[in-house]
Amino acid sequence: MPTPIPRVRLPATAKKGEIIEIKTLIAHDMENGQRKGADGQIVPRKIIKLFEARFNDALVFSADWHPSISANPYQSFFYRADESGSFAFAWTDDDGSIYKAAAKLTVA
Amino acid sequence: MRAGLARRQVFAIAVAGLFGKAAFASPLAQAELDKILAGRPAKEGVVKLDLPAIAENGLVVPLNVEADSPMTAASYVRSIAIIADTNPNPLVATFRFTPASGRAAASTRIRLAETQNIIAIAEMSDGTLYTTKAEVKVTIGGCGG
Repeated sequence: MPTPIPRVRLPATAKKGEIIEIKTLIAHDMENGQRKGADGQIVPRKIIKLFEARFNDALVFSADWHPSISANPYQSFFYRADESGSFAFAWTDDDGSIYKAAAKLTVA
Repeated sequence: MRAGLARRQVFAIAVAGLFGKAAFASPLAQAELDKILAGRPAKEGVVKLDLPAIAENGLVVPLNVEADSPMTAASYVRSIAIIADTNPNPLVATFRFTPASGRAAASTRIRLAETQNIIAIAEMSDGTLYTTKAEVKVTIGGCGG
């Protein structure tokens, strides 16, 4: 599987106190460890197990994912804009790989 | 096989009747719920689950969950856990919020092996627990095979 590429959508600017929605998507098979491959053997589990969103280094939202999360996992959540800064998003794979994305937010 | 499942369901309903708490058909799912509750009572309400009543494809079922809360440092939703009763791995996800979340809401897409109940358990910053459940009828199951 190629390195999963995350995609993040959020507004570039927000008013102070405004609650914005952040939508994320990452290409990943989320192999649940239940499926049999062409050889009849169970394909071993390999999923992204943790998603984290930080703003100016402070954790603002996280999600523990288990094998019942669909392939190419989608996650949306909210954030109350308070000051300008940057988001750092991280997806942690079963194999220890961490996939990252970043985005800036300007608060007027 | 079918009879065995039915017997388990009847047992689960009987247990729910006896103890007045949300019970599952699957002992695996019940164990996940017990771990989250840790002996604490959970009330119905506050948390809302939005799922399709009928999912044609169990591989991709959109799920939205939200709990009502002012989301201030003094009072916020700490987490919402999602359990799918008869999936091989019943614990689906746990969403963890902070006062900076603004809204204790999250959307994702889940796999459902068959028609079953989905339960959401919200834990507030003061430790109070709320639950709700929704049934999804699944036309084509989504757990490989």
